[in-house]
Amino acid sequence: MKVYVIAAIGFAALTLSSCDSKEKAEKDAAANPSPQQILANTPATHGKLSKPVELTTPLNQEWVKTGLASYEMKCLACHKLDETRIVGPGWKGVTERRTPEWIMNMIVNTDEMLDKDPTAQEMLEQCLVRMPNQNLSEDESRHVLEFMRHNDGVQ
Amino acid sequence: MKSRLVQHITGLLALSGVLFVTSCKPKGVVSEVDPDIAQKVYVPPGKHDEFYNIVSGGFSGQITVYGLPSGRLFKQVPVFSQDPESGWGYSEESKPMLQTSHGFLPWDDQHHISLSQTKGEHDGRWIFANANNTPRVARLSFENFKTEEILEIPNSSGNHSSPFITENSEYIVAGTRFAYPLDDEGANPDVPISSYKENFKGTLSFISIAPDTGRMKVAFQILMPGIDFDLSRAGKGKSHGWFFFSCYNSEQAHTLLEVNASQRDKDFIAAVNWKKAEEYIKAGKGRVSKTKYRHNVWNHETHSATSNEETEVLVLDAKELKDLLYLMPCPKSPHGCDTDPSGSYIIGSGKLAALIPVFSFDKMLKAIEAKDFEGEFEGLNVLKYDSVLHGEVKKPGLGPLHTEFDGKGFAYTTMFVSSELVKWNLETLEVVDRQPTFYSPGHMMIPGGNTAKPHGKYAVAYNKITKDRYLPTGPELCQSAQLFDISGDKMKLLLDFPTIGEPHYAEAIPASMIESNSRKIYKLEENKHPFVTTSEKDARVVRDGNRVDVYMTAIRSHLAPDNIEGIKVGDDVFFHVTNLEQDWDVPHGFAIKGAANAELLIMPGETSTLRWKPNRTGVVAFYCTDFCSALHQEMQGYARVSPADSTVELRFGIGETAPK
Repeated sequence: MKVYVIAAIGFAALTLSSCDSKEKAEKDAAANPSPQQILANTPATHGKLSKPVELTTPLNQEWVKTGLASYEMKCLACHKLDETRIVGPGWKGVTERRTPEWIMNMIVNTDEMLDKDPTAQEMLEQCLVRMPNQNLSEDESRHVLEFMRHNDGVQ
Repeated sequence: MKSRLVQHITGLLALSGVLFVTSCKPKGVVSEVDPDIAQKVYVPPGKHDEFYNIVSGGFSGQITVYGLPSGRLFKQVPVFSQDPESGWGYSEESKPMLQTSHGFLPWDDQHHISLSQTKGEHDGRWIFANANNTPRVARLSFENFKTEEILEIPNSSGNHSSPFITENSEYIVAGTRFAYPLDDEGANPDVPISSYKENFKGTLSFISIAPDTGRMKVAFQILMPGIDFDLSRAGKGKSHGWFFFSCYNSEQAHTLLEVNASQRDKDFIAAVNWKKAEEYIKAGKGRVSKTKYRHNVWNHETHSATSNEETEVLVLDAKELKDLLYLMPCPKSPHGCDTDPSGSYIIGSGKLAALIPVFSFDKMLKAIEAKDFEGEFEGLNVLKYDSVLHGEVKKPGLGPLHTEFDGKGFAYTTMFVSSELVKWNLETLEVVDRQPTFYSPGHMMIPGGNTAKPHGKYAVAYNKITKDRYLPTGPELCQSAQLFDISGDKMKLLLDFPTIGEPHYAEAIPASMIESNSRKIYKLEENKHPFVTTSEKDARVVRDGNRVDVYMTAIRSHLAPDNIEGIKVGDDVFFHVTNLEQDWDVPHGFAIKGAANAELLIMPGETSTLRWKPNRTGVVAFYCTDFCSALHQEMQGYARVSPADSTVELRFGIGETAPK
């Protein structure tokens, strides 16, 4: 029985904290911030990436290529490469608005992000379609990120 | 801790239920229901059942999957009948699965199932199923819960004693319930029905299972006299290498069998030495029978089936090869023919007998060695009843049909006529318990109850008659299954639950052996369908004469292309829809107005094809049929159909690329 009580308290605490940070996120959103502000204010990302993401230049062109292939098969139906939103938001500028960890977690830990991450939840409220988990591996998501950086003009 | 909590809650619920019932029903009603049975079948929301129950669908032609102990229905898997819900037998890819030597058949009668075994125990790989009407066997995988192979049985009619399996899944079997004049090449099947004794034959087929892929092949058939083979079981342990088939109509009647096939005091159980048959095949004793039958295989990479014609089968003649099989006399038209977990005993269930004979495998071997025959039947050796008998269960009830085992030394037999489940001791042959069923059980099953290691715990009776057990639904009622707790000395009725079709037989396997292997998606990268579209940018429409191929993609929540113009009346249109989702439980559906087949239900990463022949001019809507997201209702599109001689150009697109 004890176990259950503790688990219940824990769960309640989790729910409370996610409510708190959601309110904060809503306030921030209201202020119409710049990409840099968004980035600075994004709370710790949920997820289970196995290692820290390192961004290097020049871009790994091999990754850009495989990232493009994944994009065309699994992302293109919903995301355009300019700013236009179709099902999901357009990808232009995404690497300036979001941390690399946030982007990769959104790809590989989609459901957890949609359930817990205030920014992801805010996007869901706008798009109203839960982003599908397209079953990319962590490496594949890194390659998609490289392709996004390429799309954002990084050399 | 958890179970005590649950016990507490369900106990309270049950108690309050009892109080409620007592307050408004006449006295006496409550006494039938033991309040703690609720907790035995209660699976809390979000929790999983302990067993998968794989249940034959009888005249539905399909298989159903239930959970035990809850009795909840999870899935109906299409096998031998078309299924408009999933597009099975309607989509271009699945149509070849229902091809036979008689052409495309939309229906069959699915009687029994067998789960694959290794060393006499469940191994959680495959489910086998038989078709009784147009003889076939099917293989489904536990990974996909999908029919992956269907093999037609040549030289057969009424495939009833099937698809029972040997202890290492070497073979499943098929046997003719309806003897008939064989129609292989060179034979003349156009004979008077009254020439039954002279011209009608039976066959027992052994279908080999490839150990790695499960691929089926008719390895050989044994030619038998014209009698009706009913059920069968493989030997196990010491009797591995033998197969036992019950048979009735040893009178060889061809009319009014109800009376005419119930004349003799005893029919037979045929004991087939299949290891000996293998030796004869190796020694070249098999005659090549020229015949035509279909072998249909599903491919998970092309998401399509192929149907190939086979033309030969090897036949061994039981009359000529005297040590291939022996007949054991068995009272009164036996149905069930079941071997106990040790393989020592074969239990015959004479439908019209007032006793259950238990045959001893050891005695049978001795009798064969001593040539202890009472005579011949149609050129086959008949062993002496007393020489092979272990003993008889006296006065078990009326109409014994089928027996399974709990692995603790007890057998459980269904009694059709007296409508009860009877528990008896395998050694002493004494009846130790009997419980009524509602009503008239056919088969019953215990999880693993046909294997060398039963999982025990529950028994389920599959009743043929339902009557007043549920809310009435007009003349046609569902069939009724009843779950019993068999963990104690006395069987205890826990639950009734309705079933689909008429379940003739079922098996149950621990969920822990299956659930972690269940496939979630098909990988897009592995999709080798000839008309796959792996990127929405490649979605397109291609015309070749009258044939129009639409390479369409589906993802939450749009179909691409969703505007198509330039289709003409008389065109043959193929919508090849690829579901681009790679997430579990996100199928998309596809339907178009006026389609003469059904919908498609496309799993993540799969490609499926709907054929559509527009027969009038106009703009026709198509849409996703499976609610997939908040914008599912928007997942729709239009095809413009112009007159046959129209010059409207073929154009297509979505959003900005839609024809202007």
